Amino acid sequence: MNWTGAVVAAVALVAATAAGLVHRRRAGTVRQVSNDDGHAALLRDLGVPAGTVTLLQFSSAFCAPCRATRVICAHVAEAVPGVAHVEIDAESRLEAVRALDIWRTPTVLVIDATGRIAGRAQGTPTRAQVMAAVAPLLSAADIEKSSA
Amino acid sequence: MTDPRGPRFAAVLTTIVLVAVLLTGSGWLVLAQAAVFAVTAAWPRLGPYGLLYRALVAPRLAPPTELEPLAPVRFAQFVGLVFALVSAAGYLSGATLVGAIAAGFALIAACLNGAFGLCLGCELFLAYRRLTGHPLTPRTPTPQPHPRPAAPPSPR
Repeated sequence: MNWTGAVVAAVALVAATAAGLVHRRRAGTVRQVSNDDGHAALLRDLGVPAGTVTLLQFSSAFCAPCRATRVICAHVAEAVPGVAHVEIDAESRLEAVRALDIWRTPTVLVIDATGRIAGRAQGTPTRAQVMAAVAPLLSAADIEKSSA
Repeated sequence: MTDPRGPRFAAVLTTIVLVAVLLTGSGWLVLAQAAVFAVTAAWPRLGPYGLLYRALVAPRLAPPTELEPLAPVRFAQFVGLVFALVSAAGYLSGATLVGAIAAGFALIAACLNGAFGLCLGCELFLAYRRLTGHPLTPRTPTPQPHPRPAAPPSPR
């Protein structure tokens, strides 16, 4: 029995469990971002349509949760009028990744109809989290249409 | 493409092996784990833990509902290989603390993958790319100063 090793093993297992639990709880939470504009040209270049609320998703090939995120965002975009979903391969747009301060995939930016970044989520959000982030940005007309 | 439960099973086995390494302080055991990482990184289909999964576990489970690409698995195994080699070098050269700490980092990564399905190597990949990588320049046709004469029609 190697006591140094036993201590290192115990510390590693506790640290991994704590990190895993924190990561699981945080994943997908949409953080509000205030006055984050000035990226209008870049966002247009990335294919964000004007006049709609857009879920701009950054993905990479090295990323299993990106697929789940794609399904959820695409569903919301399909179900709610006035919401679009744009997916970007982070690897091929590293300049945008740097400019928009993306560090991990999947990251979803919630962009309002005027082209401002209103929120960002790392990890896979739930459908309810996406809906809650999108709802305050929609016009009354769109909300009426989606509930009809 | 592979059944994502295979790498997850491999991560659980890796966790057990690394705990055994730390409890026994065996440099040879961590060297054996390094060999497993190396084989899996080089030929993912021949990874010993993956073979064990396909022979013993997969037949008892329902077929996979989704498949994942092999590239992330190989990348993560390569990161694991680096830590396992440092650990083996530490233990076998008598620097036991170095060996234990490197094995501890590998254990954190293996445990996160096995217990939570969170692949640290994959999470770090984009951060690594944005620090070091340049955007890829797209292919463009080379300028041709003299237009080539049209090829004569081939006789049939």
